[in-house]
Amino acid sequence: MIALRIQDARKRFGTVEALRGLSFDLRAGEMLGLLGPNGAGKTTLVRALAGRVRLDGGRVSLFDRELSPDSARPELGVVPQELALYPLLTAGENLNVFGALNGLSGDKLRARVAWALEWTGLGDRAKESVKHFSGGMKRRLNLACGVLHEPRVVLLDEPTVGVDPQSREKLYDMLAALRSAGAAILVTTHYLEEAEARCERIVVMDHGRAVAQGSLAELVAVAGLPARRLTLHLERAIATAPEGFALDGGGTALTASVTDVAAELPELLARVRGAGHAVRDLDVRAASLQAAFLALTGKELRE
Amino acid sequence: MIPVLFRLAWTNLRRDRVAQVMTFVLPIGFFSIFALVFGGSSGNGSTPRVHVLVVDESRTETSAGLVQALSEEDGLLVQAKARPEGAGARDSAVALTRERAESLVRAGDAPVALVLPAGIDTSLLRYDGRGEKALVLTDAADPIAARMVSGLLQRATLRLSRRAAAEYGGAPDTGTVDEMLPARVETRTVVGEKRTSPMIAFYAAGIAVMFLMFSASAAGGALIEETESGTLERVLSSRVGMTRLLAAKWLYITSLGVLQITVMFTWGMLVFKLPLLSHLPGFAIMTIATAACVAAFGLVLGTFARTRQQLQGIANLVILSLSAVGGSMFPRFLMSETLLKVSLVGFNAWALDGYRKVFWFELPVSALWPQLLALALFTIAFLLLARRLARRWEVA
Repeated sequence: MIALRIQDARKRFGTVEALRGLSFDLRAGEMLGLLGPNGAGKTTLVRALAGRVRLDGGRVSLFDRELSPDSARPELGVVPQELALYPLLTAGENLNVFGALNGLSGDKLRARVAWALEWTGLGDRAKESVKHFSGGMKRRLNLACGVLHEPRVVLLDEPTVGVDPQSREKLYDMLAALRSAGAAILVTTHYLEEAEARCERIVVMDHGRAVAQGSLAELVAVAGLPARRLTLHLERAIATAPEGFALDGGGTALTASVTDVAAELPELLARVRGAGHAVRDLDVRAASLQAAFLALTGKELRE
Repeated sequence: MIPVLFRLAWTNLRRDRVAQVMTFVLPIGFFSIFALVFGGSSGNGSTPRVHVLVVDESRTETSAGLVQALSEEDGLLVQAKARPEGAGARDSAVALTRERAESLVRAGDAPVALVLPAGIDTSLLRYDGRGEKALVLTDAADPIAARMVSGLLQRATLRLSRRAAAEYGGAPDTGTVDEMLPARVETRTVVGEKRTSPMIAFYAAGIAVMFLMFSASAAGGALIEETESGTLERVLSSRVGMTRLLAAKWLYITSLGVLQITVMFTWGMLVFKLPLLSHLPGFAIMTIATAACVAAFGLVLGTFARTRQQLQGIANLVILSLSAVGGSMFPRFLMSETLLKVSLVGFNAWALDGYRKVFWFELPVSALWPQLLALALFTIAFLLLARRLARRWEVA
């Protein structure tokens, strides 16, 4: 089941084309990572999905219901990149405000606020002003304020920026709990290792359109990268690489692409030994998301 | 190092237009406004003319000549006719009666009236302390007007009877100063005669409205903070639209304003004997209307400014200017006629006029309708303008 469908989304701000025919789907219950260099159009997309940007073209559907900026979006929860909290209010008061603004009231609101305080681990800090909270606590509360009304689709714009590894772990545990409850999650991030580890599928955006999407293996294939990379660390530096290898590490390492490690490794090692070089160590690594991302989007700075 | 830092500071100033305006334009603006308000509207140092109602009960050639001589005085704006009380706009003006003149002073339409009673024509230049006295009906809030009219009456009398004065050959040296005057004058206060602190009511309202404008601009500026923190985006992403958001803020600032003015006047009552309790209905309705208008004004400033610094600069300029022209710093009745009219383009002048009607002239609530209508129209205009300016936060 498709929770959220973006088809040929287009948006121009003056001379800047922020979205240029972006299309992808978010399936019910999945966590989808949306990656892209700065200026790729991620935040514009999130704002368009939240009804804060009017698309020039294309369609956005939420559970098969086409959305316009004025459409109600009770199934959608938006967690902005900024810590959009009222610093003088307590955690409980912030949750009450954003719950009420999203249509909750009475017992339902009280129950959801209690759940959120428990879920975020802020139960014992409920009556403290948010301005005294650490960055990680604010991030958790920021997330909770966006999902109080039990949305079936959650959009998160850089949810873990500026927090320590422990807080990131906690935030992703919280997202996992949302997924267990059936929510589909679209998360934009620059932390590629997080997307690689946490997301089932990834959409790579660049220049306002999706340049690749799918699992990591599919992205690697689209990027034209080898499935695995072999690195041989040598005892001494050499000047010329044997056939099938490339020099690396200032001549102290040789690299090669391999598809079937068991079949190809003996032959490659024999070739190096035959050339008179001694191998001190070796490692074999699968292609990373980082490598695929850079291959897909290039290495030029975007700002 | 010092030259580098010196150049750095100037470069920063050159690139910061708001700072340039604050540094160079703001002082010039204030100087011009204060020069206009306190230095005379024409800027040539002339004092504003005093509006005086003249009642000629004598109706003789001499008294008519005296009225004419008063009219020729640069310092006076003489009004000898007015429409009868309750007459329509098409009714023609008739010669003022003593009662009509007194009621106009009581209503604040003029600060002073001069009554030339029957027999005044034979009482001039007697120098014996006898005869009819001219009567000056005055508003205690404007003591200058009464003294100015009394003094200029003497001059007008002298001008009128210069030849006669020459024939008399000067004043007798045995009389008192009062007896030596060519025209005998009695002054009677008809408004504010029982007030212990006549200026408290003016300044309580003036200061309250000025600071209310500062509070409202700060509260309106919360929109800028919310934009920077992202909470505005989050709120607008929920089920709340911009119109409802502005309405909520307007109600909040209005209630804040009502509270602020109430605290101010309560303090005035407790410390300066301001008669708040005896004027509660008028105070309440003026306070609500004023707070609602100032709140809408604050929203205009908040939605117009793009940054906190910009808001601060604009608010300082607009609020202090409005306060100077509108009567928060300097009583409006001491301003020139032209400036009095000009000041009505500011909503605060209407608010201060309303408070003055309540606390000074003790007029009934029904007499406040022009001020309430003006404040309501300003409020609507400000709200529409703020809504228009807030479109920049709506869907891009």
